[in-house]
Amino acid sequence: MEIENVTLRFGGVTALKDVSFDILEGEICAIIGPNGAGKSSMLNVINGFYHPDEGQIRFRGEHRPTLPPYRIAHMGIARTFQNIALFRGMTTLDNVMTGRVTRMRPNLMKSMLWWGSAEREESENREFVERIIDFLEIQSIRKTLVGRLPYGLQKRVELGRALAAEPSLLLLDEPMAGMNVEEKEDMSRFILDVNDEFGTTIALIEHDMGVVMDISDRVVVMDYGRKIADGPPDEVRNNQTVIDAYLGVQHD
Amino acid sequence: MFYRETGEFRTSYPNDSQTFPIKFDRRLYYIMLFAAFGVIPFLINDYWANAVFVPFLIWAMAALGLNLLTGYCGQISLGTGGFMAVGAYACYKLMTAFPEMSIILCIMFAGVITALVGILFGLPSLRIKGFYLAVATLAAQFFLVWLFNKVPWFYNYSSSGQISAPERTVLGVAVTGSFTEAWAKYLFCLTMVFVFAWVARNLTRGAIGRSWMAIRDMDIAAEIIGVNPMKAKLSAFALSSFYIGMAGAMFFANYLGAIEATEAFGINQSFLVLFMIIIGGLGSIAGSFIGAAFLVLMPVLLKNILVGQMGWNTAIATHLEFIIIGGLIVLVLIVEPHGMAQLWRVAKEKLRLWPFPHAS
Ligand SMILES: Nc1ncnc2c1ncn2[C@@H]1O[C@H](COP(=O)(O)OP(=O)(O)O)[C@@H](O)[C@H]1O
Ligand SMILES: [Mg+2]
Repeated sequence: MEIENVTLRFGGVTALKDVSFDILEGEICAIIGPNGAGKSSMLNVINGFYHPDEGQIRFRGEHRPTLPPYRIAHMGIARTFQNIALFRGMTTLDNVMTGRVTRMRPNLMKSMLWWGSAEREESENREFVERIIDFLEIQSIRKTLVGRLPYGLQKRVELGRALAAEPSLLLLDEPMAGMNVEEKEDMSRFILDVNDEFGTTIALIEHDMGVVMDISDRVVVMDYGRKIADGPPDEVRNNQTVIDAYLGVQHD
Repeated sequence: MFYRETGEFRTSYPNDSQTFPIKFDRRLYYIMLFAAFGVIPFLINDYWANAVFVPFLIWAMAALGLNLLTGYCGQISLGTGGFMAVGAYACYKLMTAFPEMSIILCIMFAGVITALVGILFGLPSLRIKGFYLAVATLAAQFFLVWLFNKVPWFYNYSSSGQISAPERTVLGVAVTGSFTEAWAKYLFCLTMVFVFAWVARNLTRGAIGRSWMAIRDMDIAAEIIGVNPMKAKLSAFALSSFYIGMAGAMFFANYLGAIEATEAFGINQSFLVLFMIIIGGLGSIAGSFIGAAFLVLMPVLLKNILVGQMGWNTAIATHLEFIIIGGLIVLVLIVEPHGMAQLWRVAKEKLRLWPFPHAS
């Protein structure tokens, strides 16, 4: 995926200013920067929720036209949200099953009668979803309404819902915000495993520099809507502009 | 100690996603089915059929329909009465135009026609939500009833402006028309509602139902993970209207036999069905039945006790009914927004843990 000269404005506010970078197949790319730098907006442009005012997104080498977000989900891009966006009235299992929506082709008649391919499709997808549930170690909360789960588990269910789509590009907006050290370790392990086992390309936003340095192949640094650095973790850590803008100052 | 799932193991996914995974529930369900199909038909008389059972079944069908749209997909509608009218008039036109056609097919086609009308009036939901959508569906309510009164073609130019159902039989037994016996009327409605409640259950436990619930719980997130909002909302409007149309058709053909649109399908009916699903339980098949039972039975009960036993006058009893319904809705909205079906679920959860309230 290539992001080329993307500019995004909200009225008078310019959230993104002429940002260009690539996300390479199979890598873990971290996007860091102070609050309000435009990181979330960047993900929203990538998954088609916002449309850039200038510039373009190229996906698999081709220009991507302006499409509604659900069409972009069907192209293999899944994400999680900074503020958890689970379906609160549904169980963990149903939430993760809903993530399979891009993989299922329900036939109305057969679904009404729960017949033939309808039941088979449901069972096959359930089997896949159970593997994700095992992988994320959330078996015991399968039938719990997600609204009742603690924050850390909700984040995990949300990751499960995104993984259920078997995405080729996974966008994670602050997947570890508000977690304790142990939960962060678990989450980092899940992210690395997903990348390893399924070859999923991952772009994540994260504030914890320890985590970022450990798991990412490349780091993109943003500040005031602009990209100020881009490179391997070690190089970025020693970049003077980055230290001045972000690493040197206190942040949360 | 009797309500337990311990020792009940499910060894396959289809098995795990069955409707009543716990034995106790399953037994209760079979007992009720046996009573409904095997006992009541032998005991029923005209009073019980017309005052209680047949209206209960037909309103349950309408409540199921509205619950698909409002309870599962989160789209509010005040057009239920209008959509029932579409079903009733479509059924009438089909019955009179094709005298040979089976009444079951007439009712189902009436449902299909209502589904198409439902899609049309569901189009605003792609742009507006909540209060504004409610107002748009309210417009549908008034427009449709007005239409059926205004255009004589719909009532075959009859001088009274009423439509009345000719006799139709199933397996040689009359189920519509004035010679219909109580048990036949009841059994016909019961079978229709039973089959379509099962269909509603199938719809809501699969991929289609999940996409509705996703739209209900968070429409933006639903779209971002790949739910096509147009498809989800319009299919909910279509299926909901399909059920409500069939309910309207049965209300006309099997229950009243002769109707006039303004009287039978006014805005009151829209609110009645909405109250049923709020009191019974939004997003619950069982809740649709509980709500319908409650709002059909309560007036009958009040009338029997207050007017019959205690000698009050009818007007006061009716006022009391309004007060009770109003109070209940407020109570449900405050105490248990998921209705009586949820109270039952909570009670079962407590029973599972009994006598150790804190184990879990
Ligand atoms: N929907 C929106 N409407 C108006 N302004 C927005 C909107 N979304 C983001 N912004 C603005 O864009 C800037 C970048 O925000 P965001 O992308 O959320 O930053 P980050 O995720 O890096 O903290 C902020 O100044 C924010 O106020
Ligand atoms: Mg953000």
